[in-house]
Amino acid sequence: MEPVSTGAYVIVSAILFTIGVLGVLIRRNAILMFMSVELMLNAANLALVAFAREYAQVEGHVLTFFVMTIAAAEVAVGLALIVAIFQSRETINVDELSDLKQ
Amino acid sequence: MEGLFNLAPLVILAPAVGLLINLFIGGRLRERSVGWIASIAAGTSFVFAAVLSFGLARSPAGGAVYVTDWVKLPLAGVDIAWDLRVDTLSVTMMLAVAGVGTLIHVYAIGYMHGDAGFRRFFVYLNLFLVAMLTLVSGNNYLVLFVGWELVGLCSFLLIGFWLHKPERDPETGEIAGYKNTAAAKKAFIVNRVGDFGFLLAILLIFWTFGTLTYGPPVAAHGEEDGAHGGAATLAAQEAEVASEDGLCVPHGEGVFEMAEAFMAAGCDVKLGSSRVPIGAMITLITLLMILGVTGKSAQIPLFVWLPDAMAGPTPVSALIHAATMVTAGVYMVTRSNVLYELARGVSVLPFGLTSPGVLTIIGALTAFMAGTVALAQWDIKRVLAFSTVSQLGFMVAAVGLGGYIAGMFHLVTHAFFKALLFLSAGSVIHGVEHGHHHAHDAPEGPEEKTFGYRHGVLDPQDMRNMGGLRQKMPATFWVYLIGALALAGIVPFAGFWSKDEILLDAYSRGDATGWFALILLMTAAAFTAFYMGRQVFMIFFGAPRTQAAAHAQESPPIMTRPLVVLAFFSAVAGFLNWPGTHSFGHWLQESVAYAHIADFNLALALLATLLALLAIFFAALLYYWRPALRADGADRLGGLGRLWRFLNRKWYWDEFYELIAVQPFNGIGRFLAGRLDGDFLHDWFHDTLIWRSFDRAAAFLGAFDLKIIDGAVNGLGWLAAQAARYLRRVQTGYVRQYALGVLVGAIVLLFILVLPLLIANSG
Repeated sequence: MEPVSTGAYVIVSAILFTIGVLGVLIRRNAILMFMSVELMLNAANLALVAFAREYAQVEGHVLTFFVMTIAAAEVAVGLALIVAIFQSRETINVDELSDLKQ
Repeated sequence: MEGLFNLAPLVILAPAVGLLINLFIGGRLRERSVGWIASIAAGTSFVFAAVLSFGLARSPAGGAVYVTDWVKLPLAGVDIAWDLRVDTLSVTMMLAVAGVGTLIHVYAIGYMHGDAGFRRFFVYLNLFLVAMLTLVSGNNYLVLFVGWELVGLCSFLLIGFWLHKPERDPETGEIAGYKNTAAAKKAFIVNRVGDFGFLLAILLIFWTFGTLTYGPPVAAHGEEDGAHGGAATLAAQEAEVASEDGLCVPHGEGVFEMAEAFMAAGCDVKLGSSRVPIGAMITLITLLMILGVTGKSAQIPLFVWLPDAMAGPTPVSALIHAATMVTAGVYMVTRSNVLYELARGVSVLPFGLTSPGVLTIIGALTAFMAGTVALAQWDIKRVLAFSTVSQLGFMVAAVGLGGYIAGMFHLVTHAFFKALLFLSAGSVIHGVEHGHHHAHDAPEGPEEKTFGYRHGVLDPQDMRNMGGLRQKMPATFWVYLIGALALAGIVPFAGFWSKDEILLDAYSRGDATGWFALILLMTAAAFTAFYMGRQVFMIFFGAPRTQAAAHAQESPPIMTRPLVVLAFFSAVAGFLNWPGTHSFGHWLQESVAYAHIADFNLALALLATLLALLAIFFAALLYYWRPALRADGADRLGGLGRLWRFLNRKWYWDEFYELIAVQPFNGIGRFLAGRLDGDFLHDWFHDTLIWRSFDRAAAFLGAFDLKIIDGAVNGLGWLAAQAARYLRRVQTGYVRQYALGVLVGAIVLLFILVLPLLIANSG
């Protein structure tokens, strides 16, 4: 079976990233925005491993692990924040969390 | 007996203690106690002075009593101690001052009875005694000057004693001024002129001699033979007197001995960049002293304060302005007799005058001038005031003629009879005032004449309001008569002997100055007899001219008793210096180096007495055998017309000073205050130049500050605020917008990074 080309991986990555961006921009639910951010990170991971395989370099793989680690930490902090916000405000609609505007 | 001299400070201390007692607890004492404390203090002083005189009787050379160090500047070589001098001259003055002072204190207890300022009066009187005794007892010119200034202060305080008493305008009856305070100020200011001269004299003495101590009186002429024994020491002394280039070198203890030595050496004194011969220097010193004498002893041209000073209470007129303070000038010249006698040999002044000659002329002119003015006064005290000026002229002329004994003798006798006359005049005034009150209680009787009335107010000092007081006030009459006879110079009263000695000194001088003085003094003596006759006849003889005089009352014994004592001394004080024994002369010779004893001259005495009797006869002709006033109320001498007015207006001296001193001074004052200070300094310089230009500059700078500086700062602030207003809108608070912003930014960055690559690849 002919291996999947790098270009296809990159296209899938771009589609995923675009979905993530649109999710962040469109959704008002903080958790969904958070999931969209994760999607963007994973799209980036996909692109990294795809190019790592294309150029036979190991740095892309390593960097992917870093991104995953940071994403896990980010999820831990982010979810804790969202839970705290919900406990105090009874909502996680980001449009209602605009107290810091002028 | 010299140990007795150490009591000298007590003479001054006694009145000082009286002063302090009255000052601190007198307010709680009864009036009479205050008066007696002051009188006893004065009496104690007299007792100590008497004790000193007993000491002097044993050791007549006298001595100095050290009290305390005073001005001491070791580097400058200044060491002036507060020493008291006990010698026959100072003790004579102490006895006269304390003796007459005590009697006047006692008299004042009665005279000032009921006055609101009773305690203040006695505090001042005691202070005056302290000052006067300091003046006469000091052993150097500086202590003398302290006393000199202090008596001036006391004089000022006591002339202005009734400072609230207003003088009413004779036309409207409104308050026109305050005579007492005006007189006090006049006395003080006129005296400043004289004191200034005296101060300069003291400074020059210090400059020349390096000390102010009198030092021992120079050996009298008779003792010079004994001094020749030590020729070697004399030569040694002379070597130190003058330096090699002929400058005087201060070398001794006393001013007088150095003055003699300098004159003998004929050395010079450096004054600024010039050299002044010692003779000229001494002449200058003595002339400046004469200015002090004319102020304090009321001589031409500075006598004008003394007649006005009679506004003060009568005991003050008697004590300060007749008996003691005004004689300070005579005392000072007598004390400085060495300097005057040295100056007599130096002729550096124009017309061949010498400084004692100047003094003689001033004294003689004053005696004559004041004598004429006293002829034409109505105020009882004013007559006596001018009489005092005239008699002081006698004394000053006497010391100027070198008759130090005659001058001092007249000083002492005058202290007795003039104090007596003033106090008796006070008694008369007192009696007339009481009569005035009684007359009001008893309105019956003839219509009141109004000679001396001012707006319905009786002037109790105006002799026109008196007359016939002989029966009403017999005690006062008799003592007044004794005083008047003594003053007029009738044998055997005190004034005859002392005045005769002065005339004799003028006669025996023999030069032009002597003759000039003799003629003027003779005339003045005749005038004296005339105006005293006029006064006695106007006051005590004839019919009472007002109800007040008709109801006059004799004064209480506390006032008349001191008068009797003074009258006794006025009668017999001439025996102090009885021709033949001359005990007073020999007594003074111990301390006055150049005193000489004048012999009695029968012809001169007869002439003077004859003139006096003739003058009294004329006075009786005008004022006794006819009514003392003409029918229209004018004086018998009023027929003199213009001359009468000239005399009545006191030779227009006050107007003269008004013209040459007061008006120019006021003019200068007005110019300085109005033009220079008001118009120029205040209005122009301050208001226009400084204030207004500052104002203008401030207005300009204020505008600059507000518009330019503040504008720039505020503009920046405004700019920031405006920018913030627009930029604020970016902060919506919607996190998705921020995310979109990040996205856009990322895309832009991407383009910026990738575009060059694309361009490079496509190129």
